[in-house]
Amino acid sequence: MGEDGQNVIIINGNPYAFEPGETILEVARRHDIDIPTLCHLKGAPPTGACRVCVVEVEGAASLMASCATPAGSGMAVHTETPKVVAARRQVLDLMLASGNHNCTIRQPDEADWTAQQLKVMQEDQAEELCPVWGDCRLQELAFRYQVTAKRYDPAKTLYPQELANPFIVRDFSRCIRCGRCIQACNEVQVNNAINFGFRGAALKIVAAGDRPLRNSDCVFCGECVQACPVGALVEKDTRYRVRPWETTRTRTTCSYCGVGCQLDLHVADGRVVRVTGAEDVAPNYGSLCVKGRFGYDFIHSPERLTTPLVRDGNHLREATWDEALDRVATGFKAIRERDGADAIGVLCSARITNEENYLLNKLARAALGTNNIDHCARL
Amino acid sequence: MAGLAATYGSGSMTNAISCIEKADVILITGSNTTENHPVISAYVKRAVTRRGARLIVVDPRRTKISEFAQIHLRQNLGTDVAWINGMMHVIIQEGLYDKPYVESRTVGFEELKRMVAKFTPDFVESITGIPGDQLAAAARLYASGKPASILYCMGITQHTTGTDNVKALAALAMLCGNVGVVGGGVNPLRGQNNVQGACDMGGLPDVYSGYQKVADPALRAKMAKAWGVAALPEKPGLKVTEMIPKAESGEIKALYVVGENPLVSDPDLNHAEHCFQHLEFLVVQDIFLTETARNAHVVLPSACFAEKEGTFTNTERRVQRVRKAVAPPGDARDDLSIICDLSTRLGYPMRYEGAEAVFAEMASVTPSYAGLSYARIEKEGIPWPCPVPDHPGTPVLHMGSFSHGKGIFFAIDYIPPAETVDDDYPLYLTTGRVLYHYHTGTMTMKSEGLMDRAPECFVEIHPSDAKNLGVAEGTRVTVTSRRGSIEAVARVSPRVRPGMIFIPFHYAQAAANRLTNARLDPISGIPEFKVCAVKLAKAA
Ligand code: SF4
Ligand code: SF4
Ligand code: SF4
Repeated sequence: MGEDGQNVIIINGNPYAFEPGETILEVARRHDIDIPTLCHLKGAPPTGACRVCVVEVEGAASLMASCATPAGSGMAVHTETPKVVAARRQVLDLMLASGNHNCTIRQPDEADWTAQQLKVMQEDQAEELCPVWGDCRLQELAFRYQVTAKRYDPAKTLYPQELANPFIVRDFSRCIRCGRCIQACNEVQVNNAINFGFRGAALKIVAAGDRPLRNSDCVFCGECVQACPVGALVEKDTRYRVRPWETTRTRTTCSYCGVGCQLDLHVADGRVVRVTGAEDVAPNYGSLCVKGRFGYDFIHSPERLTTPLVRDGNHLREATWDEALDRVATGFKAIRERDGADAIGVLCSARITNEENYLLNKLARAALGTNNIDHCARL
Repeated sequence: MAGLAATYGSGSMTNAISCIEKADVILITGSNTTENHPVISAYVKRAVTRRGARLIVVDPRRTKISEFAQIHLRQNLGTDVAWINGMMHVIIQEGLYDKPYVESRTVGFEELKRMVAKFTPDFVESITGIPGDQLAAAARLYASGKPASILYCMGITQHTTGTDNVKALAALAMLCGNVGVVGGGVNPLRGQNNVQGACDMGGLPDVYSGYQKVADPALRAKMAKAWGVAALPEKPGLKVTEMIPKAESGEIKALYVVGENPLVSDPDLNHAEHCFQHLEFLVVQDIFLTETARNAHVVLPSACFAEKEGTFTNTERRVQRVRKAVAPPGDARDDLSIICDLSTRLGYPMRYEGAEAVFAEMASVTPSYAGLSYARIEKEGIPWPCPVPDHPGTPVLHMGSFSHGKGIFFAIDYIPPAETVDDDYPLYLTTGRVLYHYHTGTMTMKSEGLMDRAPECFVEIHPSDAKNLGVAEGTRVTVTSRRGSIEAVARVSPRVRPGMIFIPFHYAQAAANRLTNARLDPISGIPEFKVCAVKLAKAA
């Protein structure tokens, strides 16, 4: 900390050192001071769009967006004053009222919950609460600030859902126009597939020419889905089928290309039902591509081999492990005795683990007695 | 990766992926990065759009990443040594190279200088088709980068001159002092998730894990002792590209194929199929009944990545955990237990408590992994070399000195590709991948979504060639080489150059490898997938 008070900011009465250029939000996060955000996306420049992160700065005429305001020496900041809370409540209230936010938080006036629920069910073609119920940043914040949007009528739905691609459902009725998806697409993945379109109340997230994603520059990396804080962008496969409290997550490594992205497999009833990028670690910091995020069907494909097969003349028939492994061992031993170990070759694989490759190398050289081991990576 | 090993003493990505964030200039060649390594391409695109890094792409195809480039050079297929030598010519001629670095850290500069003397921009233009002024501009731009990073992929290695191509790139990087520095390096992007690990673990005919040579008696004795056997075979074994032809000649009688599908991925597939027919005994261990498994005598069902514990090593040498999330289907078992069971039946018992115990044994005999353990990589992977338990890992290789002392400049002359076009086969074919599929498609083709995006094989052809041949978008065409013939639909696009076509190799029904040439790079044993001569006509 600077001795003369240089580069020290006061947050909620306590002094904190900052690096020149850091925003108030960054300093606060670094010191575990909680300032809620909706539009802020780590790794992308701040937009200041949602105004949930506003704070009171002593001497300033109005509240400041902490994500976009640089920390200053001697600046005195308050993160949770009545004025701040009131401003956040208003922002959240409007957001919650703006679309089909049919979670139990939303409590429309008079006309009651049922009217809105019926409208949403009709539009969703589903009889359930919002597909991201329990996994929604807006719901979380509305609960924290006790916001219900009671004073507002249910909003009209301006744009129909887009279901015309295999991976992502775009539900504009639940979009709070925070712009995180645009940041994710343009600043993080740099696919430049989507942006804001239209104006004012008609504001919409569009691909060029307002075309569906499948006819746009979108490469279905799903970065936008992972970034969306609400139920406006959802994986098609998981929609209504997977609820977060019914799944467990396992951190692992993508099995496709050599980048080795870290990801979480979400499992329900013994099946992988969803994949998300691991946000806190190298090499991908949350990003994935279409294969890593959406290419998991093969795991539970009905075409998976489930039993050993052995050849009888022209066809393969099912066998027990004992029979199959004996056949392999006998076959290799016979050839080794007759033609020597170098008549046998082992092809290991870029698809299996290090441990398995190591054991194959040991098996070839120590058990079979040949250095004829290679893999197809050169191919 | 033999070319890098010869130059620097180690054959993997020299720098961490995150180094792209520090690069001033990035040169990408032979890599369709946005489709094959999408997340790495995002690092590159961010460097360009948000930080103002300058990008040079050298690729005959107009790939997505080339749209982000300041300079895009489109060379004729198979002429890489020529343009690389040409860039070095300009850099030396104009005195733009890093003299102190060259003097203190390298040998062979004079030979290199003599070799590249004839590669003037005009001469290079006559071979590569790259306009001389563009080549010179790219050379100056690369030399101005402090630091500059080179990324390359199979478009460089899958040639009969692949090792030469890599040595030439390695020389270019050293010439400008870019090896052993943060943000620089020569970085092969490995195609499959655990290629790096398969090599590291001794999945190669001439080395044990950690590239310990089987020909070295001391290392052989060490491994024999660790594995409890009296002796280990001395003679380096056969490469896969040698094993398969030797099946035909009868020297190889049996193959044990684990997790690979050579009957789609091999070059000159018709010949490979013929060779496989000659095998007396074929065992395939896989998760699907692949084209190769259909020919097997015994098929062993194994577990996929989501069904087992272990580690993968990514393209930047980072050793990362694989964890079990679900159980394998039916009676399928993880490869580890299958291998142990088989070895035991072969009279060499293997028993481990689990993957972690195997890792511990491997680390104890593998110097570059010796400091790693599951506990250390629990949260985040660590890049090897990591020789002792308190070593932080090595994101950048060759800092201060090369693995074998000084970096060696190899003076390499240009050799044309093994097969060139003629009147009968007037078009060049190159092969590659598309975003939505992976390798031979055994995994991605089980996904409705991915199949919806990339349902079938296609032939990318330039509008001018399409016009001459009377082919339109969507026309079914037959492509024929000296080795075979396939049918696919035409995609007319200026993404390819006139005189060349592109076909993705994923699709078994229209396997591009029925056409490709099995001629090998004499050192790496990598086939020339990236260029062969073909003819094209409307399908009958
Ligand atoms: S899926 Fe990826 S490319 Fe498509 S809109 Fe979302 S972020 Fe952009
Ligand atoms: S789709 Fe989601 S991320 Fe994008 S603006 Fe709407 S709410 Fe925000
Ligand atoms: S998610 Fe995509 S980029 Fe990442 S490792 Fe998997 S295949 Fe590669």
